[in-house]
Amino acid sequence: MVAQNVVFGILAAVMILSAWKVVTTKNVVRAVLYLVVVLAGAGAQYLLLASEFIFVVQVIVYIGAIVVLFLFGTMLTRAPIGRDTALDNDQRWLAALTGLFLLGVMIAVLADAFGDNKVRISGVQRTADVANSMFGPYLIPFEVVSVLLLAALVGAIAIARRD
Amino acid sequence: MLLNQFLFLAAVLFCIGVYGVLARRNAVLVLASIELMLNAVNINLVAFGAYRHNIAGQVFALFVITIAAAEVGVGLAIVVLIFRNRASIALDEADLMKG
Repeated sequence: MVAQNVVFGILAAVMILSAWKVVTTKNVVRAVLYLVVVLAGAGAQYLLLASEFIFVVQVIVYIGAIVVLFLFGTMLTRAPIGRDTALDNDQRWLAALTGLFLLGVMIAVLADAFGDNKVRISGVQRTADVANSMFGPYLIPFEVVSVLLLAALVGAIAIARRD
Repeated sequence: MLLNQFLFLAAVLFCIGVYGVLARRNAVLVLASIELMLNAVNINLVAFGAYRHNIAGQVFALFVITIAAAEVGVGLAIVVLIFRNRASIALDEADLMKG
């Protein structure tokens, strides 16, 4: 259990630092690449929680597809590749205050509610179990989500095409 | 491993995402901050799934990932359209509906 905690600590530190860079860096492309580090760290946390399938999906969908979409978005909107000083607006301090307040509330509530409950990993949560669950009790939500993806795809094309 | 260490990590990531949404003016970076928040939610879902030995946490995390993909697709299409019409994606310049 000690080894897992050490790995968790390293990953958490890297993720929080990178997430901070995502919201503060002056370079759009760099912000998106820091986002990759956060997403990969989240994937490693899923592995630490013995959820292998969701780790693979995280790598394929988030790091493989969504980040590429972001980079396309940066290129299509002709963001300056170098430093850009106009990325933040002037309500930065209010935003920091809001974030810190929210963090304080959440930490207090979570510490109160879950004290020192432990996660006991009894074995890997197998992909077959995920599939059985998804095509069993969650079949209708699964189908609804697939229709939603199709609608989003058609909608994105309809919005962005030139006519 | 404590359950709370995952929940605290997710809370910190979520609040950084909230800060990004409020403080950034580039629309692409606002979408990136929303991704940070969705990832925090996913960590929570998977952690609770492992804590309760219930597969539902993972299934719902998968649904969240799907919704996030759809959201980014439509969101970036809208951003590209705003850029085409106004030659800028600074969110405080998109103020046509302001009285």
